[in-house]
Amino acid sequence: MEQRIILETKNITKVYPGGVVANHNVNIQIQKGEIHALVGENGAGKSTLMKMLFGMLTPTSGQILVDGQEVHFTSSSDAIAKGLGMVHQHFMQVPSMTVADNLILGAEPKHGLSVDRKKAVEITEELSKKYNLKVDAREKVEDISLAMRQKLEILKALYRGAHILILDEPTAVLTPQETEELFEQLKLLREKGHTIIFISHKLNEVKELCNRMTILRDGQTMGSYDIAELDENEISRLMVGREVSLDIQKEEADFGKAIFSVKDLVYVDQFGKTKVDHVSFSIREGQILGVAGIDGNGQSELVELIVGSLKQANGTITLKGNDLSKESVLKRQEAGISHVSEDRMKYGSAPKLSLEDNAISKIYYTNQLKTRGFLDKKKIAAFTKKILDGFLVKYDNPKQAISELSGGNVQKLIVGREYDYDPDLMIMNQPTRGIDVGAIEFIRKKIIDMRQRKKAILLVSADLGEILSLSDSVLVMNEGRIVGYIEDVKHTTEKELGLYMLGVKEDSKEQIGGAYCE
Amino acid sequence: MNKKFTSVRLVCAFGIAIAISIAIIFSISEEPGTAIFNLFLGPLQSKRHFFDVFASSVPLIFTGLALGLVFKSGNFSMIADAALYTGGVVTAAIAIKLALPAGVHPIVILIVAGVVGGIIGSIPAFLKVYFHTNELVTSLMLNYVFFYLGIFIVNKFLIDRQAGTFASLRYQNTATLPTLLRGTKFHVGFLIAIVVVILLYILVYKTKFGYEIRISGSNPEFAKYSGINTKKVIILTQVIAGAVAGIGGSVEQMAMYPRFNWQDSPSYAWDGVIIAILSGNNPKLVPFAAFFLAYIRVGADLMSRRSDVQNELVSIIQAVLILFITAERFMAGWKQRQEAKKALEG
Repeated sequence: MEQRIILETKNITKVYPGGVVANHNVNIQIQKGEIHALVGENGAGKSTLMKMLFGMLTPTSGQILVDGQEVHFTSSSDAIAKGLGMVHQHFMQVPSMTVADNLILGAEPKHGLSVDRKKAVEITEELSKKYNLKVDAREKVEDISLAMRQKLEILKALYRGAHILILDEPTAVLTPQETEELFEQLKLLREKGHTIIFISHKLNEVKELCNRMTILRDGQTMGSYDIAELDENEISRLMVGREVSLDIQKEEADFGKAIFSVKDLVYVDQFGKTKVDHVSFSIREGQILGVAGIDGNGQSELVELIVGSLKQANGTITLKGNDLSKESVLKRQEAGISHVSEDRMKYGSAPKLSLEDNAISKIYYTNQLKTRGFLDKKKIAAFTKKILDGFLVKYDNPKQAISELSGGNVQKLIVGREYDYDPDLMIMNQPTRGIDVGAIEFIRKKIIDMRQRKKAILLVSADLGEILSLSDSVLVMNEGRIVGYIEDVKHTTEKELGLYMLGVKEDSKEQIGGAYCE
Repeated sequence: MNKKFTSVRLVCAFGIAIAISIAIIFSISEEPGTAIFNLFLGPLQSKRHFFDVFASSVPLIFTGLALGLVFKSGNFSMIADAALYTGGVVTAAIAIKLALPAGVHPIVILIVAGVVGGIIGSIPAFLKVYFHTNELVTSLMLNYVFFYLGIFIVNKFLIDRQAGTFASLRYQNTATLPTLLRGTKFHVGFLIAIVVVILLYILVYKTKFGYEIRISGSNPEFAKYSGINTKKVIILTQVIAGAVAGIGGSVEQMAMYPRFNWQDSPSYAWDGVIIAILSGNNPKLVPFAAFFLAYIRVGADLMSRRSDVQNELVSIIQAVLILFITAERFMAGWKQRQEAKKALEG
């Protein structure tokens, strides 16, 4: 049966300011009524391509065709008018408004001059029922789960008349159980005649859900295939272009004594919400302690408490027997804490400043970089070069702004900077989020390397695969509390972690108490 | 690529500003040739006018440095205006009331003016750090407070009743800055300004504290993450900026005025904003930006005296320049096409 092509690009190219070629002559054809996977590693240009299809970016050259007609989108409202809808990785919602209000935002049902709120709730419930996407129309968005927020995002697109849906890594924020549920709903949408573009780099998901796929590598298409044509190994070779092993080779655990502990840590935010709720654990020398949990369940606050950028309401933090509970960020660094933050552009670097300025931020005040009391250009250059070369950062020159580097290279520089400080405790918060496979492989090796050198490592990650392959032991957080402690990571699975994360499963007090030792 | 782009962009901005001013002159003037000649080349015609440019650039250098430093730290305090004005008042007070030997007198005045300027500069900073007020708002309001305080002090203690207009008593001869070239206004203050330029350049780019200023100004979250005490940075930079502006007011008074007669606050602080923007907040480039601004002002002055075009034309040139230099998208398309071409070829 000949399928109708509903969406198509011809030789589309996008060059970002700074000269990064994100897409180069990309051709992709989407057939009506299919779930089409767009796969490729981080940085391959998937999001860029979708943003152009959705009118958020203007192509440098090339054509976009909807139903065989060439279109020129100047904004996303043009794309919406043509029946496209997008579910972003970061939800575009107003947290303080209700689900129904968010749904109608920008296309409100009117009652005279005012918004018809009752109608909004009716519309929401009707759509929710029709597509079997359950949401609570009257709840505030800030009070609902990430999974429900995602359903709301899909409903928003449908409400605006979308029949082609673009989902940008929708499963990244979901537990395995929620992912299964989402897939059922997407299949239902397909049955109702909608077309779905599914962006992912998780191949098992693609295999399970999609009809066809297009593979992107380095901004170029590596061809479109029927799902059945290729097995996972072939796909990943096409995606990466070389053999990459993300299987971690690590030696048997050989822990030393516990050098880092937090005890009874409590943090209450400015709105009176308890974000970290009586958390206690220890990390031993040569141990990687993973922290799993759905984003926003207190992991970020926990990290900020440990590094000192938030002040705890209660509890103690000790490293090598020193009580750091009341010390400043700087004092804690000097006591031996290094920290790779979750948002490398917001906290981890000054984007507009040079690689040099960003590389020296931990030691700028020490004598290491000074000659007769003044910062020495040559010493700064030499130190920066050591980090850049040692961590395989690709760059043009050390004076260029760090924002001109790719995400993976920025992260390598940051990890290099923190690693070079030779800390006793290394905190890695989402160390491989949104970076290319090469950089992921490199950074994971460095983490293992630190374990080998008997450092204590706290690994916070939303990527359960990463938690399972790197950690020795795992804590699971839910609503600020530790709900699960797995002493030996070999005794758990992604599924089980998912149950803890959802709050379905909870360990006994004694079991969780095992995470802390004097 | 970026350096080349920045300079091409700057040249284009200047080109457009010059083209617009020429077009305006042609449309309003009966003698456009004379007007244009004097505007652009007038200051080069005589030694006196040429060195006038240096003299006029001195207060601009001080305020440009002060504002540039504050902007570099990511703050937007305009307190340099009050610091400069009060620096002038302090100068008048010491120059009139205190008898000190030549050589010592100016030094004492500069030190006191600097200290007073620093104290004034610290006020919006403390308010920001401890009460989370917006430093732009508080500094603009404080400017009025210190302006009228200055008028009050001069009226109450320093006024010359015989002058018939608002003016203080004459400064003592020991409290002046000598000229360096006979027959010109090229004075020692210019050298002081250059010394301050060098000191601030070293501060910003060669010291630990300068690094803290740049990091805090560029990304305060990263500064906190790195353990930098951002409160200290906010307060100390504004103290230094206030001191620089205070010294600037003092130098201007001692070198150019026989008595204090600033009945209106001079607009040097606002000119400082222009200089800070033109120099990209880099102390090294401040003297050049200040020289340029002083040059077209002296030129415009000559033009208005020798032709039928008013010197307000300068404001148009300034406005066009600022517009094109600060407009981020100006020529961005050109830059991006160049980059796209280069990237796709490579």
